[in-house]
Amino acid sequence: MNPGFLVELTVLILAAFLGVQVISKVPTLLHTPLMSGTNAIHGIVLVGAIIVAGIPGQPTWLRVVTLTAVALGTANVVGGFVVTDRMLEMFKPKKKREAAAEEEAKAE
Amino acid sequence: MSRTDWIYLAYLVTIVCFILALQFLSHPARARNGNLIGAFGMAVAIVATFFTPHLTNYASILIVMAITAPVGAYAARAVKMTAMPEMVALFNGVGGGAAALVALADFHHAIPEPGRLDYNESVSIVLSALIGAVSFAGSLIAFAKLRELIGGRPITYPGQQIVNMGLLAALVALGGVIVFGPQKEILLTVIILGALAFGVLFVLPIGGADMPVVISLLNAFTGVAAAATGFVLHQNVLIVSGMLVGASGSLLTLMMARSMGRSVSNVFFGAFGQLQTAEEGGISAEGGTVRSASAEDVAVMLAYADRVIIVPGYGLAVAQAQHAVRELADELEKRGVEVKYAIHPVAGRMPGHMNVLLAEANVPYDQLVEMDDINPEFERTDVALVIGANDVTNPDARSNRASPIFGMPILNVDQAQNVVVLKRSMRPGFAGVDNPLYTLPNTQMLFGDARESVVKLVAAVKAL
Repeated sequence: MNPGFLVELTVLILAAFLGVQVISKVPTLLHTPLMSGTNAIHGIVLVGAIIVAGIPGQPTWLRVVTLTAVALGTANVVGGFVVTDRMLEMFKPKKKREAAAEEEAKAE
Repeated sequence: MSRTDWIYLAYLVTIVCFILALQFLSHPARARNGNLIGAFGMAVAIVATFFTPHLTNYASILIVMAITAPVGAYAARAVKMTAMPEMVALFNGVGGGAAALVALADFHHAIPEPGRLDYNESVSIVLSALIGAVSFAGSLIAFAKLRELIGGRPITYPGQQIVNMGLLAALVALGGVIVFGPQKEILLTVIILGALAFGVLFVLPIGGADMPVVISLLNAFTGVAAAATGFVLHQNVLIVSGMLVGASGSLLTLMMARSMGRSVSNVFFGAFGQLQTAEEGGISAEGGTVRSASAEDVAVMLAYADRVIIVPGYGLAVAQAQHAVRELADELEKRGVEVKYAIHPVAGRMPGHMNVLLAEANVPYDQLVEMDDINPEFERTDVALVIGANDVTNPDARSNRASPIFGMPILNVDQAQNVVVLKRSMRPGFAGVDNPLYTLPNTQMLFGDARESVVKLVAAVKAL
């Protein structure tokens, strides 16, 4: 077993504890946006997809596989962050919301 | 510093951004900034990756990204607020699919001409292919169920659990062959195909009402698959980000299941929401009589009440009635009626979904009361107005042991002096169980589209 693997394993375990720790106090009302936000973050797999797609000398079938991975990863990243942003747009601070309500009333 | 060092430094920035993003996402006021920080971190990682030494095919990679990015953004922008959960499922699925494909490509490049892969690499490849493919197929089924492309009810057959377990065992065994035996690409392809089948079979028997929990679990799966990919490519940014999602997603799954009053194993293996047989007892909806009321009757009842609690559910969201409901509440408040909203933790289709929908209609935040705080107030309430909510108001969950939703925490709507239920028809709710609330003597039904009914109520209250 190479020493690099043990370092990677250490990093993995620490990240697991950190992941539990940072969201342990999230209120119910943020469960959905949080799920959506973490969903966007695992789009980091796009980085892996770009790396394998950029390896020189691939047969055609593999080129199709890796470019499909790039496409799926891109959709995950872009869609994930945009959906989350749309959800969170709704959680405006009270003052802003009142202002928005007034604007809406005027428009009507 | 070498070019690779700079890239790793950029990845470190990404990791810090993601951790901050998660932390900020846990607070309502800062959540939106958190998401932006996460997006920034992602952009840094993507740009840095293009500087990877010996990278080729720039043109095709960039073209593919340039085509997919607007499609993803458009899909995310165009989707209605009510359809958010299925969109999350879809984006989660494609991420899982990407992880599985990356594993397949890794495997092709990593198999050394003679000799074998290190165990850590072969195990990681198998894991990311397996978990990624399960997440992909499972998420698509979850998407189809929420979109009602296929029925929300659980699809079951005898011996289902045995078939699923058998398939999973076979896949794990096949993974063992890759790790210890001949390292053939065809084996990994078979694992991916088998994992796709398992993903479908795993989610099919789970009822539509439980989809949020399933999506949350598959979200964690995709995170773990991404982390496994990191082990193959030796990229810490993938390991850390993937595992952050894997861990937080698992915790979130537990929290969601808890807020529904169910254990995780019950959700995944309980085949929840099958039709109850009549012999099982409890109060049957067929036994009592349903009383239907007119909008005018209900308007009078509401206008002369002291306290009204509105119980919004998914039906309200589907009918886009949230703005009309706010108008009704404003009208009642003008007449000195105290109006509150009772928010069940899983109202809508996901925890927190209803808060988002009502916030969209500018309902003041302090009028939204969570279940535990509002339940004692129903006894002192003149009218409980249930709009498009069903299962979360079902008294069977409290009293009928035979009910499949027994034990789920509910809003004690039945304890109010009067209950008015706005509902399209007598069809059972998403969980597929009858609701005896509708036949209680203090309950009246107002049938019709939720938005039209509320608009009628507003007009009737104004006319008084």
